[in-house]
Amino acid sequence: MSTDQDIFAAPGETSQGRVFTVTGQDWDSITDSIGESAEERVVVNMGPQHPSTHGVLRLILELEGETVTEARCGIGYLHTGIEKNMEYRSWVQGTTFCTRMDYLSPFYNEATYVLGVERLLDIEDDVPEKAQVMRVLLMELNRMSSHLVAIATGGMEIGALTVMTIGFRERELVLDLFELITGLRMNHAFIRPGGVAQDLPPGALDEIRDFVTLMKKRLPEYAALCNANPIFKGRLEGVGHLDLAGCIALGITGPVLRSTGYAWDLRKTQPYCGYEDYDFEVQTWDTADSYGRFRIRLNEMWESLKIVEQCADRLAGLEGAPVMVGDKKIAWPSQLAIGSDGMGNSLDHIRHIMGESMEALIHHFKLVTEGFRVPAGQAYVPIESPRGELGAHVVSDGGTRPFRAHFRDPSFTNLQATSVMSEGGMVADVIVAIASIDPVMGGVDR
Amino acid sequence: MTDKPDEKHAGRAEDESDDKTDKNEAARPAEERNLEKAKSETGTGSGVEQRAPEQSPENLPGPTGEVHAVGERRGMFGVTGTGDTSGYGGLVAAKVFPAPTQKPYGGWFDEVAGALEARLEATELTSAIESVVVHRGEITFHVRREDLPFVAQMLRDDEALRFEFCSGVSGVHYPDDTGRELHAVYHLTSMTHNRRIRVEVTAPDSDPHVPSLVSIYPTLDWHERETYDMFGLIFDGHPALTRVLMPDDWPGHPQRKDYPLGGIPVEYKGGSIPPPDQRRSYN
Repeated sequence: MSTDQDIFAAPGETSQGRVFTVTGQDWDSITDSIGESAEERVVVNMGPQHPSTHGVLRLILELEGETVTEARCGIGYLHTGIEKNMEYRSWVQGTTFCTRMDYLSPFYNEATYVLGVERLLDIEDDVPEKAQVMRVLLMELNRMSSHLVAIATGGMEIGALTVMTIGFRERELVLDLFELITGLRMNHAFIRPGGVAQDLPPGALDEIRDFVTLMKKRLPEYAALCNANPIFKGRLEGVGHLDLAGCIALGITGPVLRSTGYAWDLRKTQPYCGYEDYDFEVQTWDTADSYGRFRIRLNEMWESLKIVEQCADRLAGLEGAPVMVGDKKIAWPSQLAIGSDGMGNSLDHIRHIMGESMEALIHHFKLVTEGFRVPAGQAYVPIESPRGELGAHVVSDGGTRPFRAHFRDPSFTNLQATSVMSEGGMVADVIVAIASIDPVMGGVDR
Repeated sequence: MTDKPDEKHAGRAEDESDDKTDKNEAARPAEERNLEKAKSETGTGSGVEQRAPEQSPENLPGPTGEVHAVGERRGMFGVTGTGDTSGYGGLVAAKVFPAPTQKPYGGWFDEVAGALEARLEATELTSAIESVVVHRGEITFHVRREDLPFVAQMLRDDEALRFEFCSGVSGVHYPDDTGRELHAVYHLTSMTHNRRIRVEVTAPDSDPHVPSLVSIYPTLDWHERETYDMFGLIFDGHPALTRVLMPDDWPGHPQRKDYPLGGIPVEYKGGSIPPPDQRRSYN
């Protein structure tokens, strides 16, 4: 097969028309010019700055009237070289970088990277139970906050502003929980190789239970607002159709795949972090359209609530249990502590290394500056992020830094479906189709 | 039995004499020390840089079985030359990657490998699989690059294999792996059998070509573009192999290990901070 041969289609005619730069207030001149040329076919650049494109996504649409004949994505506007940066940091520092990729699901980025590192270290079975439960708890809370944003922004884009305001209202509650548990609302770097960074703070379980109670009252509001709303259904039903064969061919996972009726969820099919111990259902729909994806996200939040409840129950019985692997050559030597002026260095730990034990000081110094070595090899442990299969291909050459860390981000892969989902449809449906994919450009461009 | 203790004893005696010279370092005449310093700086004579025979990579104890060494690691703190007063700068360790595994691989790995081999034998392409590595519960098939499309097509379509889902391709650049510098790594999933394998092909830097798999796994469209963008791997047969993350007119391929990092030389009291790959660091 040669390079000049297009395997999908014969090369079409390329013709160049007139170029208009639309900046507002100049519609008259544009309609006048188009009227003169009497040409229906227009190529429209949508984005990269556009509120409805979920960040800096550029869409190149070829329109005939209001019908989209071709849709292409231009990405890369948010590329920050995170994978390259990680090659010059220690294995633990890697989590602070990858957490920033898909900024709506930071715990998933950390978790897949950390699971890969743990597999290479061969400590998968040594990670304490409490750390695994806390990971699941945070990931499920994160699934809810991510789905809330997906529903909120998706609603806003079709004019359902109340959906947006209540979506962000509930997301705020989840972020408050994150702040309580990890200290940060986003970019936590909380899941670390060997466990998690910090034990649960006092009172966290009560807050989580209060949140679950509140969410049980508020989640039905979304159903009441949208599920049978004729305008909402009218905009979403049958839009962005992609069947199972299309999904598999294009590598689409997550709610888009499950909206075809196929119950593929890595939490069930290839469990990690002890997901096999939790009771929940994989949510599917059979319409393969945007409406089905919305309903799946809504139902998945209920399932996440169920898992969060189970996590809270298990954590109540694990008070005081370790949250970091016992191997002192891997575990971070210190934890933060609450002082009179807020959270900071643990004074007990500082007393220990500065006043009591020279070996502890050396150990602390070596682990913090040099880090640990990871045996050479490669690992890929994918997890089910809110958007689908998220995996980190982690390669080590036996050194103190990742030799290569590549993230298979579901947003990146799923965004390839833009063309098949929107070509032949109306231009207004492009927005709905993309919203149903729920791409996060931080994850797409990394 | 009689020889070994003698050897050990001899070794210990040598160590002791080394220790003595170290301890007496300060007591030696200044001219001698300066001479040694000059020798080591110019790379002549027997300075600290010279490698002791028992430290060379081929003498290091490797894992049992076949060894797949890619390059070597020198020192511990990233210090070379006379700045290294610890002596650790002379350490040389081979970078050893998991070696090819011999049969049986265990579990369903054998079923997949068996089915693949049976199909390859039927088509007289027995040498398509270069080696199989089982490491940490994951199986990797190293495939000859010219046979990649054929193998992928079989992996996808054969009833016993059915790897219908491809997670994407990830490039890795091993500058020390002579003749196989660029690796393209595919992660395949069989949703039918709930299995996961890895397929790896290599290409030399001088001929960075790998056949495209877009016609078999359309999802690889953007993934191959990304790998081309980041590593310069050219996927022959890709419908439109252009950059996807970097700007169209970007020079170079950033994820390659030889890509100049540049950095910003920050001056502080006359000194400047070099780019991250040239900084002193643990290695």
